[in-house]
Amino acid sequence: MAMLHLVNKSPYDTGNLNTASGIMKEGDRLLLIEDGVYGAMKNGKAASLLNGLKVSVLGPDLAARGISQDKLADGIDVIDYAGFVDLVEANDKTQSWL
Amino acid sequence: MKLTIQVNEGPYQHQSADTAYHFAKAALEKGHEIFRIFFYHDGVNNGTRLTTPPQDDRNIVRRWSELAEAHNIDMVLCVAAAQRRGIVDDGEAERNGKDATNIAPGFRISGLGQLVEGGIESDRLIVFGD
Amino acid sequence: MSDAKKFMYINRKAPYGTIYAWESLEVVLIGAAFEQDVSVTFMDDGVYQLTKGQDTTGIGMKNFSPTYSALGDFEVTKIYVEKESLEERGLSLDDLQHLVWEDEDEDYAEKDSIRLVSRAELADVLAGQDVLFNF
Repeated sequence: MAMLHLVNKSPYDTGNLNTASGIMKEGDRLLLIEDGVYGAMKNGKAASLLNGLKVSVLGPDLAARGISQDKLADGIDVIDYAGFVDLVEANDKTQSWL
Repeated sequence: MKLTIQVNEGPYQHQSADTAYHFAKAALEKGHEIFRIFFYHDGVNNGTRLTTPPQDDRNIVRRWSELAEAHNIDMVLCVAAAQRRGIVDDGEAERNGKDATNIAPGFRISGLGQLVEGGIESDRLIVFGD
Repeated sequence: MSDAKKFMYINRKAPYGTIYAWESLEVVLIGAAFEQDVSVTFMDDGVYQLTKGQDTTGIGMKNFSPTYSALGDFEVTKIYVEKESLEERGLSLDDLQHLVWEDEDEDYAEKDSIRLVSRAELADVLAGQDVLFNF
């Protein structure tokens, strides 16, 4: 019963990423979209929240915010909207941490 | 898979209506079925035909209408949320004595039960919001 | 209709500051008519929805907090409250409304609706659901 967790807010603005990472179980995946993508940057303090999690990030949202892939924490998978659809299909349900 | 998509925010203020649109389009391109798109909270503002965005910007409302027409998608505005925010179709205008309507093509106004039904009938429910 | 699905409504926003709490409650009440296996979660700022003593007279908004006590009548009897969210905010169960439901099978005995769960227990509860409604 794997779950896809969506976070769309910067971890420096809300506690949503913190909550999501605390609820995530083995096998679940986190997808960072919209302002959530700031949480994927390796030099940010919030990057430690991603330790041990399976993380994807929406490429178009990264590009829009001028974040190049070399600034991302290790092991993060960059996907497009089609990849987003695939993740929704691959997981039994989706939780949006709004 | 069969999807229900919920959109909780209005156009332009938040990115959620844009993300929901790009997601819906990608899902259709991959051959998935969209059972319903349900607009709730300020999301009902996606369904007014009276918006006039600048010419060099995307037209979010028209984009939804075109997607609905091209793929025969059921796009529902929550009636309680729409009444609060002044989104009106012919039926609502008549029932509530309004002198105009503003609903965009491809949208209809109906109850919250349509969202619950989406949860029952679809393989996945995905929510876009603030 | 297909077999009942396990529906979970997850509330994470405080009342009044935004409309999400109230419009979420409207979905729960309408959804009750669909005879699914319904649960509701209150976590993060969502726990503020259940606090006692709300009085909205001064802000001119409808006080919808009494509606939570009617959830039992709508057969919404599984209400999860996350312990960590309460503790971070300096709250305890005593600060929340006492929500109950009447068990028809036990001569209408009053039972507590609120289940206090840790974040780890809540993760298990969420994993066991079919559909998650996010507010």
